Amino acid sequence: MPIHQANDILPSEITPPDIYRERRRFMQGLGVLAAGAALSAAPDVEAGVKLAGVRASAYKLDEDKTPYKDVTTYNNFYEFGTGKGDPAENAGSLKTRPWTVAIEGEVSNPGIYDIDTLLKLAPLEERVYRMRCVEGWSMVIPWAGFPLREIIRRAEPTGNAKYVEFVTLNDPRQMPGQRSRVLDWPYVEGLRLDEAMHPLTLLAVGLYGEVLPNQNGAPIRLVAPWKYGFKSAKSIAKIRFVEKPPLTAWMRAAPREFGFYSNVNPQVDHPRWSQAKERRIGEFFKRDTLMFNGYGAQVAGLYRGMDLKKFF
Amino acid sequence: MGAVLRNPKVWIALVCLLPLVRLIVLGGSGGLGANPIEFITRSTGTWTLVGLMVTLMVTPLRRLTGRADLIRYRRMLGLFTFFYAGLHFVTYIWLDQFFDPAAIAKDIIKRPFITIGFSAFVLLIPLAATSTHAMMRRLGRRWQQLHRLVYLIALLGVIHYLWLVKKDLTEPLIYGAVLAVLLALRLPWCVTWLQTARSRFAPARYQVGKAGAHGAGSAQ
Repeated sequence: MPIHQANDILPSEITPPDIYRERRRFMQGLGVLAAGAALSAAPDVEAGVKLAGVRASAYKLDEDKTPYKDVTTYNNFYEFGTGKGDPAENAGSLKTRPWTVAIEGEVSNPGIYDIDTLLKLAPLEERVYRMRCVEGWSMVIPWAGFPLREIIRRAEPTGNAKYVEFVTLNDPRQMPGQRSRVLDWPYVEGLRLDEAMHPLTLLAVGLYGEVLPNQNGAPIRLVAPWKYGFKSAKSIAKIRFVEKPPLTAWMRAAPREFGFYSNVNPQVDHPRWSQAKERRIGEFFKRDTLMFNGYGAQVAGLYRGMDLKKFF
Repeated sequence: MGAVLRNPKVWIALVCLLPLVRLIVLGGSGGLGANPIEFITRSTGTWTLVGLMVTLMVTPLRRLTGRADLIRYRRMLGLFTFFYAGLHFVTYIWLDQFFDPAAIAKDIIKRPFITIGFSAFVLLIPLAATSTHAMMRRLGRRWQQLHRLVYLIALLGVIHYLWLVKKDLTEPLIYGAVLAVLLALRLPWCVTWLQTARSRFAPARYQVGKAGAHGAGSAQ
């Protein structure tokens, strides 16, 4: 089954973005945005709809959660524009059904999974994680999802699989930011296989117990909380098992500034700004950034003996 | 009252205050978004750049329109630019670095975009300090030489913006392009062209000599 049927919508049937946005503003004005959005997709997979059967997990934090409004209106998702308000503004054009995720490369069980099959693959659990953006701000976010290793186990990587590559949907019709060449599309991210297998590494499908909003990477996204936010690929269309480290979108764009690992590390500055502190959204004073974003006890072992200045 | 309202300076000053009023209104109504301090930093920085461009537009506009009296508004535009640069700087010192001198000194030395922005701000100080008539008279020819620093300051401002963005260079490049045009309009060939354009399309209703009272700043 093809991932996108390229010709199933006539260009004439697509609402021009200007009219769309105007309409959207009108709807927002009336306060019936949810009703408006429901017209474009099946109601049971819309952002804001409660996810059934999300279990509590041991991954909790003794820190205030960032309000839903801030998590969903202030983030980076260049597929919808480079401003931090752009994703919330523009992600309405993303269609999350039908959606498939291709599992391919060095695995015994390659295949194309339908998103609704993936949602039933493993029990969903709530995990409250810190999120540290490479730009120096941070949040505390309650995700709903399941560990990536659940998929990896079923895919059965071969001995050649050393890295996992994540590829975001590439469709400028749905993702207007892709019409600009700001990054080399599609967005590609990657993890070492052992990082991908780590119990902290999550595939998130929900936020605050509800279906993940488009602007946050619906229908399915990665969350690796000890790495800078950009490592956690959104709206994943492909998961590939490969032998060599994938060339990620940000490494391609600025190899001097973005390394493959991109672990949160207050001692290794971005070449142009300090990473020692961060602004937690909602707080006035900055806080110290923690090594591995505070997940050192769980993940430091993955990097034993490595020079983290060199492998930044 | 009527005389006050008929004075364009009053209206220009009110317009120049709008970005500040906007920040205050948004701040009071929780409209500064998830990261208010970033919003304030960006906004004051943006209006500083806009202020620099508008100030640099006065001279070419005078040459194009022949309205020599436009020079009267240049000082105020320049001072408002300095005002927003000051707000931008204070936001950084206070809300970003919390008056931590060690962290600020390290930042200024280590971060090229901060180094550049800081230099631009420091260079603006003597220009603001010498903006009075008394200083113009006292400095004479040297006043003009000193105030040519604004070309460098505007350039530093654009570089400051260019170096801080993560990837999308569109906006800083727009400012760069505007600045390039504004500087090019000061080249001798362009000055002649502007004056020719004026005499051809808009026969002079205003004479350049009219603003003689403000002569010290009239040639740039």
